[in-house]
Amino acid sequence: MAFAEAASAACLRRSTFVAASQMLQHDMQGLRSLVRPDRVHHSVYSDPALFELELDRIFGRAWLLLGHSSQVARPGDFVTTRMGRLPVIVSRDASGSVRVLINRCTHRGALVCHEASGHSRHFVCPYHGWGFELDGRLTGVPVPQGYGAEPQRSFAELGLRAVPRVDLYRGFIFASLASSGPGLADFLGPLASSFDDLVDRAPDGEVEVAGGVFKHTYEGNWKLVLENHLDGVHPNHVHISSVHVARDAPDPGQPEKYSDISIRQMRQNGAPQPVWEAIGMWTSDWGHGYMGDYHSDGRLVVGLNNPVFADYRQRLEQRVGADEAQRILGVTRWNTIVYPNVSFMSQFRQLRIVHPLAVNRTVVYTYNLRLKGAPEQMFRDTVAFSNVVNGTASWVLTDDLEVYGRVQQGLSAAQPEWVNLSRGVGTDVPDGELLRGGTGTSEIFIRRQFDAWLRYMCAESAEDMA
Amino acid sequence: MTGSTDSLHALGESVRAFLYHEARLLDTHCFEDWLALFADDAHYWVPLEQGQADPLNTSSIIYDDRTLLELRVRQITHPRAHARRPLARTVHQVSNVQILEHTDTATWVASALVLLEYRLEQQRTWAALVEHRLRQHQGHWQIADKRVDLINSEAELPGIAFLL
Repeated sequence: MAFAEAASAACLRRSTFVAASQMLQHDMQGLRSLVRPDRVHHSVYSDPALFELELDRIFGRAWLLLGHSSQVARPGDFVTTRMGRLPVIVSRDASGSVRVLINRCTHRGALVCHEASGHSRHFVCPYHGWGFELDGRLTGVPVPQGYGAEPQRSFAELGLRAVPRVDLYRGFIFASLASSGPGLADFLGPLASSFDDLVDRAPDGEVEVAGGVFKHTYEGNWKLVLENHLDGVHPNHVHISSVHVARDAPDPGQPEKYSDISIRQMRQNGAPQPVWEAIGMWTSDWGHGYMGDYHSDGRLVVGLNNPVFADYRQRLEQRVGADEAQRILGVTRWNTIVYPNVSFMSQFRQLRIVHPLAVNRTVVYTYNLRLKGAPEQMFRDTVAFSNVVNGTASWVLTDDLEVYGRVQQGLSAAQPEWVNLSRGVGTDVPDGELLRGGTGTSEIFIRRQFDAWLRYMCAESAEDMA
Repeated sequence: MTGSTDSLHALGESVRAFLYHEARLLDTHCFEDWLALFADDAHYWVPLEQGQADPLNTSSIIYDDRTLLELRVRQITHPRAHARRPLARTVHQVSNVQILEHTDTATWVASALVLLEYRLEQQRTWAALVEHRLRQHQGHWQIADKRVDLINSEAELPGIAFLL
């Protein structure tokens, strides 16, 4: 009897979560039951139905960073990207406005543009030759007769579909598929300061995307990369092999060699635990967060004895004055996450955009940013850093990707049900508009990501999210 | 090019044998021996962009000077290099070997590479156009530069945890 009861209870428990995958769309209690103060249910990483709901309610509502205005600098410039799985074209129209259009012909549905980037006066569908202006208007239909009684009127309504909301912050292009919800300023909140930290560093007051795009895939859920970029415990384990070989390498000296920046970075990943505990971890509403910098060697922070940096600092001071330059360079942040699709940093000017492809498959696009007006060598440092840290064959990144894959394999198993996110629970400290982790290695940033996850997922509509 | 037909033929055979030797060192995981083929001032380059001209101002899948290449080889055998435990098994199939230019100081060689990679139940195929700049050093060939242009370098790629 006892055995039968136990079996029945286990069966019931399992069926609760099997059913969850089918019923959650209408079951807020079910969704809320997946996120606890110190843990989340494994199905948030592995259930395909939840993933579809995330595309609809998170990627279909949030402000997503699509790129930077320098990628579409002149009228006619365009780049293609995705919002969730939706293909979109980001272009600059003839009037100079940034447009975000759904990349799908309004006739029979083909992608009207299949290039990653380029320059064009219009987009012409390859199927029946429908032509669209940069602002989306349909202006060319070969063989126009035969599309109904009033073809001109229907053609006027058949422009490429515009994404409802587009806004820019400091040159970064954001868009939202929801026509209502918080504005970009409310969405970014105090974390807008991380974009300020990045752009303020440019002696000419602007950054630009340059120097190639890495596109790396991994066999894991999209959330895993966002949960890794502020994690100060993993470097001494995931990256230990590169830490060890870098420690054995010749010490970087002056003048710097190409390899030095890589050796410094890999060694720094092996910083002792007290360093990681002390660097600080800050979070805000909507799942955003940033960690303090952990580079004690001062490679590109204030106080460096490097002639390139001295030159750079002088150029910055010329534009903003010595006091303001001191303030700008005194900001020491490492990665910032803007949930749900961005990770970036000012110190080595890297921008990473996360694209979910399936519940267990993700691609991350990584861009270099150039500080306009800075010495050329600083951009070469950015490129050298990206090769070693973000490159497809990097000895750092490949170990991250390997671990994401192993996490996904583990979480795809039904038992145990819960994922532990308890590090630093109960130690959070209010800090102005932010909530700071008790230490720099608190998992507060993941818990706050799941607060936002619930906020998006449990709202019936974008208006309900507030 | 200079030299008679016979010496050109001998040069071609010698270069081909060297490229096969290099491929076998990689496929049999003799990485220290492979590293020893490279000159001290050599660069090992896997460009990110098709036709990429500049390794310093555009990112690369790999751009290693001799220092970084040594570290890369050392990391491969580290017991906690997670993406390399187990290490991928590879077959480097080298073909279409062609001498592009031959001078007293260097020999430029083009080849085609088809590479099979197997690791943890997954087998992948890679393909690349390869260029070596070779030098004679103490009676042997030495790699002065190696460039590997993957045909899918600009694609969405999984991590590359083996040597090309």
